[in-house]
Amino acid sequence: MTDTPAIACEGVTLERDGRTVLADVSLTIPQGCFVGLFGANGSGKTTFLRALLGLLPPTQGRITVMGQPPAQAACHVGYMPQVRTPAGASLTGYDLLGSDIRGDRWGLPWLRASDRAAIKEALEAVDATVFAARRLGELSGGERQRLLIAQALIGNPRLLLLDEPLASLDPVRMRDVAERIGTIARARGMTVICSAHDLNALTGVMDSVLYVARGHARLGPVDEVVTSASLSALYGAPVEVCRSPSGRILVAADGL
Amino acid sequence: MLEYEFMRTAFAASVFVALLAGPVGWFLVLRGQAFAGHALSHIAFAGAAGAVLAGFSPLLGLFGASVIAGGAMGAIEGRASAQRDVAIGLVLSLALGFGVLFLHLMTRSASLANALLFGNVLGVSPSMLVSLGVFAVGGVALLAVMSRPLLFASLQPELAEARGVKLRLLSMLFLMLVGAATAECAQITGVLLVFALMVGPGAVAHRLGLSPLAGLVGSAVFALVEAWGGLVLSWWTDAPVSFWIALLGAVAYVLSGVRIGRGFPASACLAAGRESWDKPERQQASTRGTDNDARNAVACGWSGSAGGYDGNAGSGAESSRRRGG
Ligand SMILES: Nc1ncnc2c1ncn2[C@@H]1O[C@H](COP(=O)(O)OP(=O)(O)O)[C@@H](O)[C@H]1O
Ligand SMILES: [Mg+2]
Repeated sequence: MTDTPAIACEGVTLERDGRTVLADVSLTIPQGCFVGLFGANGSGKTTFLRALLGLLPPTQGRITVMGQPPAQAACHVGYMPQVRTPAGASLTGYDLLGSDIRGDRWGLPWLRASDRAAIKEALEAVDATVFAARRLGELSGGERQRLLIAQALIGNPRLLLLDEPLASLDPVRMRDVAERIGTIARARGMTVICSAHDLNALTGVMDSVLYVARGHARLGPVDEVVTSASLSALYGAPVEVCRSPSGRILVAADGL
Repeated sequence: MLEYEFMRTAFAASVFVALLAGPVGWFLVLRGQAFAGHALSHIAFAGAAGAVLAGFSPLLGLFGASVIAGGAMGAIEGRASAQRDVAIGLVLSLALGFGVLFLHLMTRSASLANALLFGNVLGVSPSMLVSLGVFAVGGVALLAVMSRPLLFASLQPELAEARGVKLRLLSMLFLMLVGAATAECAQITGVLLVFALMVGPGAVAHRLGLSPLAGLVGSAVFALVEAWGGLVLSWWTDAPVSFWIALLGAVAYVLSGVRIGRGFPASACLAAGRESWDKPERQQASTRGTDNDARNAVACGWSGSAGGYDGNAGSGAESSRRRGG
């Protein structure tokens, strides 16, 4: 089972409203791998994640998640969407996480003791217990975001898809949350795809980077993909990658 | 007052109406769809007037028009909300326009218009009570069955979609339930004041910070208290039931946000013991997004009731009977 890759894409083309977002993408992500997903706004990060969830069927090619078609593998997948202004300002973090439990089945929103334990565990994993009893409308953006990461962790998924979980966090909290996600993923053997804008927030945490630009995708170790030559080829324009002595990466582009 | 058949029927009808309208209103506030609910009440009005013109019972028109329109609204959902509001607003005006036309074409339009617009709970017949009961019990059963996915879809639509929840189906079913609840409420408050009984109690439950299950039950209870309170107060004062319901709705809404003690919202005290989790640390209640719709709704119901006072002349027969008793 562990031999099956977490994600395999063969010649995948994704379209939105008839416009090609990603063309002919082939890649394989082994299980237990932490992938940082990078690319400019509108380059197709969210689109790629939606395809992995089975919400956007590829117009060409084939995607398998845990060896299955995406829609069937959805029960193994935890997802944190990018749009994050949840309704229900008067409800609490507990209510938000509780809504997720068996939320796809008919019935009353009734929680068992085991469900409450699962919610508590997920909240503790991202250190969100202190504000989980407060109303969502009273939380800061960063606090709400941590609740949503907790929500993605409920049920111990084998694949975690996080769409910009670090956006709008302060630099210290950003690093803290990234490391927490990395620790949890390693401890549970989860595969993670985490989209972000700052490479440095995920350095040391991620095993590979997946760069998307101009409809193309490039997957590989940080040192191979994040180089001036490889990124220039991907963007089709000169891109300069600098590394500071402390290991920080700076990606800069002329005229972009 | 309970020695009169029409009063007993009115109290029983209120139970059915509150049972469905309260929980439906809780979800309307949660989903920020109060405006869609408002539009459905106007469509219900046109439906009822049209049914009478065509020789059917107004109840059939009320339920038929609002349930069908609810389903249609759910089907087109997902558009940008500004665009959606304009579309709903136009349909709403069109419906009212047709309603006026239908009334114009009828001879006994004045009393019917009054009953439809401002309610006539004292005129509910036993057979109407049965229809109200059937729709209420059926509606509550459907809402109970779909409440878990609906809550999930309302709070986290993308996540719910990813888990295979059918968002559009849920949205259609829910707005059909809103249509049924609107038609039920219209019996008591009239179409203009449906908000007071449908959205008001749900908004109060939200302001009190109740958890979802408690909020659903609580909003049914608040709706029942409002409706029964309206009947009793109307009996004592002879002012229309709709007036008292609108007033009670507004008062309950204001009270549920009042701060007691050191700027601590009343709701926090009430909600403090609601979960067996950890002790909640609450901040002062600030103005919240979901409140806005509800606040407009209550204000709207409130201003509508001003016309309700003399508008209720249609139920004059009952009024004089009451005065005699
Ligand atoms: N709902 C949508 N309908 C149509 N096109 C969309 C939609 N969402 C995104 N797109 C388009 O798809 C492309 C990729 O968007 P997206 O995946 O959201 O980018 P990213 O997440 O990397 O910022 C963009 O060109 C965007 O305009
Ligand atoms: Mg995105």
